Amino acid sequence: MPETKKFLYVNRKAPYGTIYALEALEVVLIGAAFEQDVSLAFLDDGVYQITKGQDTKDVGMKNFSPTYKALGDYDVNKIYVEQESLDARGLTLDDLLPLTWEDEDDDWAKKDSIKVISAAEMAKIMEQSDVVFSF
Amino acid sequence: MSQLHTVNKSPLERNALESAITHAVKGNALLMIEDGVYGAMQGTHKSAMVSEAMSDISFYVMGPDLKARGIDETRIIEGIKIVDYSGFVALVAEHDTTQSWL
Repeated sequence: MPETKKFLYVNRKAPYGTIYALEALEVVLIGAAFEQDVSLAFLDDGVYQITKGQDTKDVGMKNFSPTYKALGDYDVNKIYVEQESLDARGLTLDDLLPLTWEDEDDDWAKKDSIKVISAAEMAKIMEQSDVVFSF
Repeated sequence: MSQLHTVNKSPLERNALESAITHAVKGNALLMIEDGVYGAMQGTHKSAMVSEAMSDISFYVMGPDLKARGIDETRIIEGIKIVDYSGFVALVAEHDTTQSWL
């Protein structure tokens, strides 16, 4: 068995204005095939990536927000969102996509992937990661 | 001279909106586009700055960019007018000059 590392993908950019958010999502999905311990962090403008109700048809861009809902199927179910970043933007958990995963050890119970945490808790998660990818 | 200022950056990441507001003079217009539309939302750490500037500056925001980002019109700061692409063109035509805050 190869060693499992803790991977953390840090998302700090809004979607659509730059390519970072979409690129991060693609890297996460590719990386999911390698069966590592993956966590996603959304802070600063990154919290805008996972807001509900995105509809891009009038701007002629691909709406990639539904793809976040597939993360649970790839065993990517540790999604940390920073409380302070939500507060600064007038957002709450209710504004975010309901991201879930099914726990095979618990009769496939549907569980929430998103955990809203403080900046101090986010700092600990960053510090304890073996590999950090920044977007 | 009447100037139109466009802002395409999130006010919570860059200071483009803040600088545009600082440098716009009475009677100017400011249009938020692309990631700049986050500046039109109520309840953010930058909302008060926009509300305070509304006595001197007319604010506009691009509807299609709001929609793309899932921002409902009910969450826009009162007094900001929502425009579409032809509204953007009209604003540019109505003003003598346009300045982009990138």
